[in-house]
Amino acid sequence: MFENAPIIKSTKEFTATRNACKLCAPLGASIAFKGIRGCVPIIHGGQGCATYIRRYLISHFKEPVDIASSNFTEEATVFGGGANCHTAIKNVIGQYKPEVVALTTTCLSETIGDDVKMYIHEFQKDNQLNDLPRFVTASTPSYQGSHMDGFHEAVASAVKTFAKGGEKGTHLNIFPGFVSTEDLRQLKYLLNDFGIDYVLLPDYSETLDNPIWESYKRIPEGGTPVSKIETCGTAAASIEFGTILNFGSLSGRVKNNKLSATGAHYLENEFGVKNYRMSMPIGVKNTDRFIKALEEITGKEMPARYKGERGRLIDSYADGHKYIFGKKAVVYGEEDFVIAMTTFLDEIGVEVVLAATGGESGRLEEQIRENCPERGEQILAKNMFDYEKIREWSIENKPDLFVGNSKAYYIARELNIPIVRCGFPIHDRIGGQRIKHLGYSGTQELFDQVVNAMIQYKQDHSAVGYKYM
Amino acid sequence: MDAFINDRQNQILTKGKDDAAIACGKASVAGSVSQRACVFCGSRVVLYPIADALHLIHGPVGCAAYTWDIRGSLSSGPQIHRLSFTTDLKEKEVVFGGEERLYKALISLIDTYKPKGAFVYATCIVGVIGDDVEAVCRRVTREKGIDVIAVMSEGFNGTKKDGYKIACGALSKLIGTDTTFKAPEYSLNILGDFNLAGELWMLAEYYKKMGVNLVAAMTGDGRVDDIRKAHTAQLNVVQCSGSMIGLAKEMKEKYGIPFMKVSYFGIEDMSDALYEVAKFFKSDEMMEKARALVKEELTTLLPALTQYRQKLEGKKAAIYVGGAFKAISLVKALRLIGMKTVVVGSQTGNVDDYNLLKEMCDDGTIIVDDSNPNELSEFVKQTGANLFIGGVKERPIAYKLGLGFCDHNHERKEALAGYEGMLNFAKEVYASVCSPVWQFMK
Ligand code: SF4
Ligand code: SF4
Repeated sequence: MFENAPIIKSTKEFTATRNACKLCAPLGASIAFKGIRGCVPIIHGGQGCATYIRRYLISHFKEPVDIASSNFTEEATVFGGGANCHTAIKNVIGQYKPEVVALTTTCLSETIGDDVKMYIHEFQKDNQLNDLPRFVTASTPSYQGSHMDGFHEAVASAVKTFAKGGEKGTHLNIFPGFVSTEDLRQLKYLLNDFGIDYVLLPDYSETLDNPIWESYKRIPEGGTPVSKIETCGTAAASIEFGTILNFGSLSGRVKNNKLSATGAHYLENEFGVKNYRMSMPIGVKNTDRFIKALEEITGKEMPARYKGERGRLIDSYADGHKYIFGKKAVVYGEEDFVIAMTTFLDEIGVEVVLAATGGESGRLEEQIRENCPERGEQILAKNMFDYEKIREWSIENKPDLFVGNSKAYYIARELNIPIVRCGFPIHDRIGGQRIKHLGYSGTQELFDQVVNAMIQYKQDHSAVGYKYM
Repeated sequence: MDAFINDRQNQILTKGKDDAAIACGKASVAGSVSQRACVFCGSRVVLYPIADALHLIHGPVGCAAYTWDIRGSLSSGPQIHRLSFTTDLKEKEVVFGGEERLYKALISLIDTYKPKGAFVYATCIVGVIGDDVEAVCRRVTREKGIDVIAVMSEGFNGTKKDGYKIACGALSKLIGTDTTFKAPEYSLNILGDFNLAGELWMLAEYYKKMGVNLVAAMTGDGRVDDIRKAHTAQLNVVQCSGSMIGLAKEMKEKYGIPFMKVSYFGIEDMSDALYEVAKFFKSDEMMEKARALVKEELTTLLPALTQYRQKLEGKKAAIYVGGAFKAISLVKALRLIGMKTVVVGSQTGNVDDYNLLKEMCDDGTIIVDDSNPNELSEFVKQTGANLFIGGVKERPIAYKLGLGFCDHNHERKEALAGYEGMLNFAKEVYASVCSPVWQFMK
């Protein structure tokens, strides 16, 4: 009765994007801004953008996500959004009493050439007597980049706006990129166990994953305080996860705006804070690299607890290796996530056959080759892919496993193969925000899931079923 | 209420205290975290369920990505509507125009998916860069021989309600284009049901049992060719007055088809919807059949509801949904399971709707238009509600505050209409309100 979409040759070219494997820039910026303490993001554009973005995030985080909109009307579109911007700021301050107001633009406000920085300036001038919150902005037209560009733009902008120079300290800046709330918590545990003083930006581990409340909180607790971000400029070093970040060649952003850089990049240029840029710590190799950097910078040694975690992880690699060796996996999602995940699968003997992203950096292939010594050369790495392209390719190439967010579930279902849900978004399960990916313990959970997915598949498809592995 | 936005005071009233009429139909205040979406959203939700049409969103990626397969609207056949197509505009098109890209996108999609028609949604930025979307649609219509309809739904150009109107305009371009079809006796169109979780199939089955024929459903499990024939029906039954009433009025003027407003939520409203149709067709036989149907359904439903009613008696509910018409039905349905409504609001209600709500509700009930999380949470606290009925965006607010929740929006996966739906509704409310988990949140 239900008809699947037609089966189309994967070589057919479409001008349209079909089931996009990316989201728009203000979504990423809003997530990053949610990681600043007391911050309320305002999306400067039509009401729909903010409402859709909230809905999308709520379905993943299962949390109230308050993001205001400046509610563009036709008038604003013709005469400029200054008045709307002004009212929006005023109302957000009145309702939320925020410490920080973050304005993020949209395709619409960028196209009509609204100057948000100027609006803020005017607002501050008009309200000199009042105790105003701090302001930060991000320029996030989606026709120049995806949600990841928006995310990094917001982080960079917060750093550029707040960081100050001064006498060098011993603390570290950690720029984790777009990871889960549980990943952020794990990073904090690790840094605390190491005895390292740090600034983690952004930190939405609480703001987007709160415990229950006694009474409604207009602004959820948690987040990195501005006072901490101010100290980024005097840190001993920065560690930045991700190698693509916002250095895309196709997004137009870098070409248009030579100043655009990540937060860590900016701190290095401006204040000489050494930047350690590396892949997300997923898998033994990537995590080792991260731990080594921590040891090198601080002169401290990895706490015993993590040695145990590492040992158990490698022990389990031995226990599970046979069930996954040579299995063909499709990995998809944000570029830096795909690279790290592919590296991990490469080191455990899973054959990643397709690594796909809707991102547009044009550097995915090069990074996959560099990071995957086992089979990197054979992996098909695709920028600017969408889910229908992934589907068509997969129908022809018959992979054994999908690894990534919940949006490709429909393809896995059609192909009748398992999907290991991780990354963003997870819209069809509870706890997506709590999935652990990073470090030895995050890798452990991913590894167990991948192996068990393959075992379960075999078990379910066996004529008799069996009780031992 | 100090921290509420002052401009919104007249969009909130408490029955028994405030006599003035509620202000509604206003654009949302800038800076509010409104639960409303935009014009495009309104058009998209109305047209979305047409399953054999191509829906192409002309604009940057977001508007399409966020509306990919978001509704629970089922199709009994083609599933093209569940794909999210967008021209995914880039800097280049923003500067030089996107018409060429739109044209090419349409051609390759139509060649591949062979839809029966196509809707092209113009989003905000298209309105600014000045693409002549209608001209491109006309050209593709000529070249491909299917109707390619421009839906000029730039988000900033009004509210979600305006989006409904624009969608109805698109439908009315199709209606009447099948000039050979003759509808059988006793035939009607169902307007404003979107076949969430198969609800339309349930309704069609009820009508069929009464001997009534369905010409076109707009737009649940919709088909382009059925919509073309819609002008031949003798009656339009319209649900969710917010989105489709305009089209019903237009069809009355243009084709002389009378319409009636109905609701399928709750026993009373559902039964009335069947009786009214029988009355309209002036057929005693049909009325007999309707009575028999209702009787049969109720003999199983009523006893089944008793156990839920016993558990839920005296519990309080807060309602915040898209259309006020639905809110009205919900107040009644809740009453049937023993619950009292203490807060009721909608995104798009009009003055009549709110007056009716005011009449129906008890003193002290808070009535609100276009609310936001801050207000809603405040109201829930003030009134001590045990249950919140709303959409996905309200769910975490309810849970955070430790009260039950029932999803009553476009995205739900449970059928809540009809008799079966009433039972599902009672079950869902019961499962949430009476769960032991709330003990840990007091
Ligand atoms: S207009 Fe741009 S910012 Fe708004 S939803 Fe669409 S893509 Fe995102
Ligand atoms: S407001 Fe405009 S850009 Fe935003 S979602 Fe609506 S149509 Fe798209």
